[in-house]
Amino acid sequence: MTEATLVDVFTTRHAYVMFVLLASIGLYMMIANQNLVKKLIGLNMFQTGVFLFFVTTAFVQGGSAPVIPPDGSGGPFVSPLPHVIVLTAIVVGVSLTAVGLALIIRLYTEYGTLRADSLREVMQNE
Amino acid sequence: MSDVVLPLLVALPIMISVLPLIFGLKYENAGWPIAMGGSLTVLALAVYTITEVAANGRLIHALGNYPQPYGIELVGDELSTLIVLLIGLVSVLVLVYSRTRGPYGNAFHSGYLLLTGGLLGVVLTGDLFNLFVFLEITGLVTYALVASDRSGKSAYAALKYVFLGTIGASLYLIGVGYLYVATGTLNMRDLQGAIETVGYTDPLIQAAFGFILVGFALKVALFPLHTWQPDAYAYAPDSVSAYISALVSTAAAYALIRISFDVFTVEFFLVNDLISTAIMAAASVSIVVGSLLALMQTEIKRMFAYSSVAQFGMIVAAIAVANETAVFGAIIHLFGHGLMKAGLFMAAGILAAVYGARTIDEYAGLANRSPFTAASIAVIGIALIGIPPSIGFLGKWFIGLGAVEAGEWGVAFVIFVSTMLTLAYVFRIIEKLYFDPPGDPHGHGSDHEHEHEHDGAATDGGHELVADTSAVTVGMVVMVVSITIAVVALGFSWELFFDLLAPVLERFFQ
Repeated sequence: MTEATLVDVFTTRHAYVMFVLLASIGLYMMIANQNLVKKLIGLNMFQTGVFLFFVTTAFVQGGSAPVIPPDGSGGPFVSPLPHVIVLTAIVVGVSLTAVGLALIIRLYTEYGTLRADSLREVMQNE
Repeated sequence: MSDVVLPLLVALPIMISVLPLIFGLKYENAGWPIAMGGSLTVLALAVYTITEVAANGRLIHALGNYPQPYGIELVGDELSTLIVLLIGLVSVLVLVYSRTRGPYGNAFHSGYLLLTGGLLGVVLTGDLFNLFVFLEITGLVTYALVASDRSGKSAYAALKYVFLGTIGASLYLIGVGYLYVATGTLNMRDLQGAIETVGYTDPLIQAAFGFILVGFALKVALFPLHTWQPDAYAYAPDSVSAYISALVSTAAAYALIRISFDVFTVEFFLVNDLISTAIMAAASVSIVVGSLLALMQTEIKRMFAYSSVAQFGMIVAAIAVANETAVFGAIIHLFGHGLMKAGLFMAAGILAAVYGARTIDEYAGLANRSPFTAASIAVIGIALIGIPPSIGFLGKWFIGLGAVEAGEWGVAFVIFVSTMLTLAYVFRIIEKLYFDPPGDPHGHGSDHEHEHEHDGAATDGGHELVADTSAVTVGMVVMVVSITIAVVALGFSWELFFDLLAPVLERFFQ
């Protein structure tokens, strides 16, 4: 691969393109949307993009599931380590979502709004 | 077999952290004694580890006996055990403090132990992905603790922290992914050689460092990524502010030092001149803007929070200067800043508990009424400026000296400017405390947002302050005063630090 054109990138590296897209859309959503729940969804999307990146890196052309028979034959295998990493990161992500939602619920019961801009307004007048 | 102490240090607090909740089913006040027991155990283990490491060199423990570099390992060298000692010390001090000051409840004490365990994990791990997990444990518990006084504002501050902290950790994770793609390993010691093989100018390596750096910049709250931090410190309960300001960002900054010099190594900075220049520029902006913002605050806890932005700017600048003296200074400053901020936030918490004083104007004349606490704020403040003898001076001095040695006059100048600005805001506090007559604050017409007061301590517009001495015990004041004494006494101890850290610095800059 001496000179990769843009088309090449999109056709053979589409998973990486997806990673960038997902992460940027999520990040943008988190910053630009005023609704706290949607911000949290954006955050989740950003993380999902990162997970996709890890899963993609594990892929090996023609690789099978990394279950090695006792005689050590077979292969090539896909790399199991990124899968483990993503599993752990998903767990972390779920707990983060839980904490975030708990805080949002408390904010909602306290101020009766889910919008960040009106929240700031209410808190300034407090 | 002394390396077994490393997994114990991480696992014990995490395992003990479920006990307050379990015993809480039967005994209402089970949390504090258990948390105290856990913290004292951590402190004892920390003292043992640091003596062991100082005598015999670094300890390495392979978890589950998996061979390297496939398994996860815990590494306790002189640098990490120093931070472990800080964690042990501060967690005991803050716990004594929080016994009367709150927050109470078993859930808080469970979180407290979990946070201690998470921080110890961040400091002791030798694996990049494991570091991410511990960063997230630390983050998750911090978010919960910031919101633990159940006010709306603290929930908002915590939510802000959730968003930014998670983005920071995820960016770090992307960086780790890039490194994994480039080298195929996640073990820090293994990566050091692997990165060298791939080449320091490889775009993947450079991008990985960029992501990791920005991730940690969010976690240590460098300007302009600091926006979560003043809110979190200001609206968290006082004990929690003291704890997280002393340790959470410190652990992240420690991890940045560790990754910069143990994984990427100093060669990386030498080869990528542009990267170190960019970090220095960003850190310098952080130092100046952080100090300026601190100067502009009227609320004490916010002022201290912005001051942290400046101090961590110095530490990151020292990383980019990347010579022995500057990094030595950064490590001392990391340790010293943790102690100083713990002391300042605890002292501010005492004054808030007794007089309801949360702004500078409300501090007028309090030195006569609370001489020990006021003197502690004054002395630690002076240490924060960097006036010898104090640990604050040592840190700043060596960072500045390192910058001069490296010919980075810009950084040295910025540290000088920041010292002047720190002088300005610390003396504003000292002037109020000592030289303003009580009950006659200048700007009491300005209605600041000190509306939600804790524990029944009340102010009536800043006129006559109602003292609520039952909110403070002698123990709390003793804790603050002993931190103050330590901050000054450690000012004479640079040789001690140097002897301890010499092997680490030698390894970083062979």
